[in-house]
Amino acid sequence: MDGANQFGDAQTGEQKIRNFNLNFGPQHPAAHGVLRLVLELDGEVVERCDPHVGLLHRGTEKLMESRTYLQNLPYLDRLDYVAPMNQEHAWCLAIEKLTGVEVPRRASLIRVLYSEIGRVLNHLMNVTTQAMDVGALTPPLWGFEQREELMIFYERACGARLHAAYFRPGGVHQDLPPALLDDIEAWADQFFDFIDDLGTLLTENRIFKQRNVDIGVVTEDDIQRYGFSGVMVRGSGLAWDLRRSQPYECYNEFDFQIPVGKNGDCYDRYLCRVEEMRQSTYIIRQAIEKLRAPEGQGDILARGKITPPSRTDMKTSMESLIHHFKLYTEGFKVPAGQTYAAVEAPKGEFGVYIVSDGSNKPYRAKLRAPGYPHLAAMDYIAKGHQLADVAAIIGTLDIVFGEIDR
Amino acid sequence: MSDALNELGTYIETKRKDCVLAWDVTLGELTLDVTPANIAGFVEFLRSDATCRFSTLIDITGVDYPDRPKRFDVIYHFLSMYQNHRVRLRVSVRDDEMVPTITEPHPSANWFEREVFDMFGIIFSGHPDLRRLLTDYGFRGYPLRKDFPTTGYTEVRYDEAAKRVVYEPVSLVQEYRQFDFMSPWEGAQYILPGDEKESEA
Repeated sequence: MDGANQFGDAQTGEQKIRNFNLNFGPQHPAAHGVLRLVLELDGEVVERCDPHVGLLHRGTEKLMESRTYLQNLPYLDRLDYVAPMNQEHAWCLAIEKLTGVEVPRRASLIRVLYSEIGRVLNHLMNVTTQAMDVGALTPPLWGFEQREELMIFYERACGARLHAAYFRPGGVHQDLPPALLDDIEAWADQFFDFIDDLGTLLTENRIFKQRNVDIGVVTEDDIQRYGFSGVMVRGSGLAWDLRRSQPYECYNEFDFQIPVGKNGDCYDRYLCRVEEMRQSTYIIRQAIEKLRAPEGQGDILARGKITPPSRTDMKTSMESLIHHFKLYTEGFKVPAGQTYAAVEAPKGEFGVYIVSDGSNKPYRAKLRAPGYPHLAAMDYIAKGHQLADVAAIIGTLDIVFGEIDR
Repeated sequence: MSDALNELGTYIETKRKDCVLAWDVTLGELTLDVTPANIAGFVEFLRSDATCRFSTLIDITGVDYPDRPKRFDVIYHFLSMYQNHRVRLRVSVRDDEMVPTITEPHPSANWFEREVFDMFGIIFSGHPDLRRLLTDYGFRGYPLRKDFPTTGYTEVRYDEAAKRVVYEPVSLVQEYRQFDFMSPWEGAQYILPGDEKESEA
């Protein structure tokens, strides 16, 4: 700061020091995307933190109002692009709720399977890049190798590595080939060893602990006041998981545990995420088991107004051909009403609020992203921390700008 | 589930008759129509009352109905992690009306209200920091209002000569495609070419 100021105290030699304003991002790698933080620093301590978001705002909600329900589905992939299918899931659930469509069992199992793959995808990304933010380079290199394999499973199911558009209202787009199930199972078997290996890199690592333990502590009261969800809640000891407390799809058939932390700091959230990956892998195994069982066979779409006819039907029956044509041009109509459907996305509660006026397009669609309230609480969490901790906190909040800016 | 929600709806209505205009349970979701004037007190009641304990604010959003005298609906979603239930509040406001902020009981409302202000131009009175959030610095207009065009009014590009980003009025290289998917037997409000001569004959 400029030394020439009016405050110079001749006796003590004290000088008045002005607070320092720092622009963090929008091009900073630890900002996990396009986040601009305006930080007010007192020395190295953060006094105030003002996130400027919206640099990735694409007006998704406005665009959705002029497209049909089916055309809107791929927009959901572009929100949290780390775990795309989990977002589609909420959209499909909302439409199914409004139209009263029952999803066939096989489709439901496939959805669970791919939601959990999405969760592992997300946590791998988050845990390893957060480690990179605090100085470790090896974890992301290891983690992305595993992510790559999971992306290939995405690709083999729907043809796209990222923008899947796989979950459809009424089921899923295509059935899975049996060989894919075998490969996912083989992957799941080796993944437990990988998590243990990853643990040896990080869990007892001195630097990792010094950077994460007691950083960004969140109490139960904070959770309620700031509207947290997902791991931000579980890291502080509240066993809150929508898959358990408000079960959707067929999650209540699955046997899994909900890991909770104790202290609510970055380190506990890291531990929760690692354990959640393990639990997700258990669910993946169970889902494969159930998909192979005789009860798990059958159609993957609830054939009816909102889903296309089967390919063979379309080639042989005139009505099916008309239906197919009308579905993909005009789309289907959703009864007037409003609904809110939420899923436990890897980052927390992802919700879709649809207001329908009975036409083929949503009158209003609101996407509730879990990262949004988390980032909004940044000022509160980061206050009093060192500048270097800001990167650790951003990492642990698990924010992706696709979903925050929409 | 619906029984419990019906019970909850009755309970809230009897407790706060002054706030609740109407309530219903559809698709297993409880919706309360609330007056804007005492929304802050009502939300505080929902948060602290032992039967409700709606401690988490999930979402605030708006819906625009340009044809209604009370043009906007402001929608609040709440969740109780303790009682494991949800509620939706609906507040109807006029164009020029202000909604009291609820940032006091729920600091997370800060950004949600900023977003609603940004997108709909609804002003929340008493909000500590009501700035635009998602749109560009210096943006004008309220994008999620129904009378705002999807293309917007301005477009940006990097100008090589001026060495900076410039704003220009939108010019579309092809006409904006707004398909009318309604079947001509149901929706169409326009007159088909040739049909205008029908009355003359």
